[in-house]
Amino acid sequence: MTSTLRSKRFDLLAQRDINKETFVEPWAQAGLIVADSPADPQPSLTLRAGAVIEMDGCPQAEFDAIDRFIASHALDLTLAEEAMALPSAQYARMLADINVPRAAIARLIAGCTPAKVCDILRGMNVLEMMMALAKMRVRRQPANQAHVTNWREHPALLAADAAEAARRGFAEVETTVRVARFAPFNALAILVGTQSGRGGVLTQCSVEEALGLRLAMKGLTSYAETLSVYGSEQSFVDGDDSPWSKAFLASAYASRGVKIRFTSGTGSEALMGAAEGKSMLYLEARCLLVVKGAGSQGVQNGSISCIALPEALPGGVRAVLAENLLAAMLGLEVAAGNDALASHSSIRKTAKLMLQFIPGADFIFSGYSAIPKRDNLFGGGNFDAEDFDDYNVLQRDMQIDGGVRPISEDEALRCRHKAARALQAVYQELGLPPISDAEVEAATSAHSSDDMPERDILPDLEAADKFMASERDFVAVIRALQQADFPDVAANILEMGRQRIAADYLQPAAIFDADFSVRSAINDANDYAGPGSGYRLEGERWREICAIPQAQAPEGFIEPHRAPPLSRLAALGPAAKGSGREVVLALGPAFGRSLGFTIGGLGHEDVLKAILSGIAAEGLAARIARVYHSADCAAIGYVAARLSGSGIGIGLQSRGTAVIHQRDLAPLNNLELFPQSPSLTLENYRHIGVNAARYARGRATVPVAVTIDNGARLRLIVKTALLHRHETEAIEPDTPPQELRFDWEPA
Amino acid sequence: MTSAAESAYPLRESADLHAHSGAPLGDITAAALAAGQISGDDLRVHADTLRQQAAIADANGYPQLAQNLRRAAELTDVPDDELLRVYEMLRPQRASYDELLRLADYLERQYGAARNAAFIRDAASAYRARKLLRR
Repeated sequence: MTSTLRSKRFDLLAQRDINKETFVEPWAQAGLIVADSPADPQPSLTLRAGAVIEMDGCPQAEFDAIDRFIASHALDLTLAEEAMALPSAQYARMLADINVPRAAIARLIAGCTPAKVCDILRGMNVLEMMMALAKMRVRRQPANQAHVTNWREHPALLAADAAEAARRGFAEVETTVRVARFAPFNALAILVGTQSGRGGVLTQCSVEEALGLRLAMKGLTSYAETLSVYGSEQSFVDGDDSPWSKAFLASAYASRGVKIRFTSGTGSEALMGAAEGKSMLYLEARCLLVVKGAGSQGVQNGSISCIALPEALPGGVRAVLAENLLAAMLGLEVAAGNDALASHSSIRKTAKLMLQFIPGADFIFSGYSAIPKRDNLFGGGNFDAEDFDDYNVLQRDMQIDGGVRPISEDEALRCRHKAARALQAVYQELGLPPISDAEVEAATSAHSSDDMPERDILPDLEAADKFMASERDFVAVIRALQQADFPDVAANILEMGRQRIAADYLQPAAIFDADFSVRSAINDANDYAGPGSGYRLEGERWREICAIPQAQAPEGFIEPHRAPPLSRLAALGPAAKGSGREVVLALGPAFGRSLGFTIGGLGHEDVLKAILSGIAAEGLAARIARVYHSADCAAIGYVAARLSGSGIGIGLQSRGTAVIHQRDLAPLNNLELFPQSPSLTLENYRHIGVNAARYARGRATVPVAVTIDNGARLRLIVKTALLHRHETEAIEPDTPPQELRFDWEPA
Repeated sequence: MTSAAESAYPLRESADLHAHSGAPLGDITAAALAAGQISGDDLRVHADTLRQQAAIADANGYPQLAQNLRRAAELTDVPDDELLRVYEMLRPQRASYDELLRLADYLERQYGAARNAAFIRDAASAYRARKLLRR
């Protein structure tokens, strides 16, 4: 093959979205390997006098900080011996087996080392892992988290988008900053926004650790998520923390009644040049044991912002599911990633999502970009506001609770307006730089930052600095809302404060219902044990997911096609077999009676005129009959052919489907069939008349050229089914074909 | 799960919850807040509540979370700025071994934070072994 020859197909494939991705071959020494690096240790554990003296091939004297932390804080040494002795393949089978309860596995996993848990996952394919995730997930009911940011950092837009995210059903909303000094106001905007949309939505602002804690202390956030941990000591220290400092931070948050989860994820160590030749999954297993040892109730993992790195490697998407599962096996709430831009290809990003969407996760996304990608300050968002309708349809298609609900445009506008006005009032009451009515209106209808007016950020930044330095906290915000007559929003934020006192939402996988009922591992523990058990999408929640605003009532599909009976069309009596050179046109039972238009919107009278004109143009006579006993196009055409003196007939259904038939053909055979009724034009119908006449005269006939539209069936199949049903309802089985008179002469 | 822990959760529904300030949860109302009678301390968790949550976590098979909540209970009386200072000292290469031990002693003496003190001593020993102390 000469090198100059190019395949047009390969040219086209090169332009496809999938080929904008980067793919790389594994390189274990650099950590570019998702699982099973040659440098990954074999599982082992040796205890002496109740302490670990060797773990995964490493003697205690050589433990790094992570080994040390895991050995002393994460492992349950009372059952480690039993746990390590059970063969990995047996664990894998137990995980995939609906007959083995979650608790039985979780108990033993508590005694497993990082290399052991990797060894268990080694034997599992993605389907088995999905089964296992459905079972091992902490909370029974899955939920979802949203990202709400905008590049303008416009407070009114943040509030409006947070309110819409709350209405759309997200249980948590996360924001972040472009400019760190904005942190208190961004946190404030999504707090007021979410609580205007739906009480009980948890909020966070992802910033530097100490600043994040201060926001929580002020009551501006109710959870924190970006307590990042790493699987190698070097990367941990580069992240300016140790397992002990992170664990202390977790306790500090809890001491103020604030929920936390840690963050880890495959690929971060390789990205930081500190993978030590280990596989991403092994390093993640170390992370997760640190998370557990630190006493975090949960973790955000699934590669997170590094997702493109495992996806560049073979088995990357499987490894990401494996890390989600691993966290669930350890009893950690999992916010399962799907957050950063993972692919240019819609096919690939959706396929990847299915691995978490189908089994369900405590949070399927961490989070879903409830704003357009270009406003997402977290790195894009793999699914965004422009995918809302797609996502709602996926839930409806599979009867899966993806943690989101469809809302109407009106509901969105109302909650956005309320949130923006509530924040405007808070700014006014607290003496912050005013939010104008024009900004409120813009935020109400905006899709993105581009729709917002310019805002002078210098006064905002100064006010934010003053706010952080002051003693002011969310009590001042609640009072401001009370004074500005937003009692319900004030009550919701006050209740968030009261929930801090109860601290119920510090238990694993906790979220709040609309009525502030907590749901967590304690009172909504996952009890999946196969068909008929666990969380089932049914009842009110299923009806809510079914009721996408795009779904229409079936009657609406028929309505535009109804018309009074054609006055020019009159019944003459039973149709008889004719003689001579004629063409018989047979109509379906509803044609020109209860229906007046084809599926393509052509009037039945016009279609009749077109066909009759075509027959007349060839100099032949035409007769019209109506078939009562069948609505089937072939049957109608066959009747026409048998009545016709020439043996050539045309069958025509109400929806416009037509056939040219011949007497001596089998009933289901034909001369020409026109199933693409939505595409048929009056000129086509005239041509059908011409051709039928030419067949009758024995002349050479060029088949009617019809536009092929493969999308027509997709668009119109519901209407097709309902129109056909209407025609079948008009069937009178015992009435023989009737001859009709059409009061019209071709010119 | 023990039936006691099961019946206790959620604690929000129990009658005798108090805020960190000592105010009963029932007194923390919108009207009281509107009247200026509620401060930030009235919307903070009490150590006893965290210990109750720790017992619930333990009873449900989450022992590490329970330990965390017990450490947290000890920290409820530690002021915000001090908490931030302790966290800063625990970050890598911020403190010497002796400084960490003194920090542990201080928390234990000042706030009765024995669990946190033990945890910080464990960190100090790990940091010494792994060169994570201030250079």
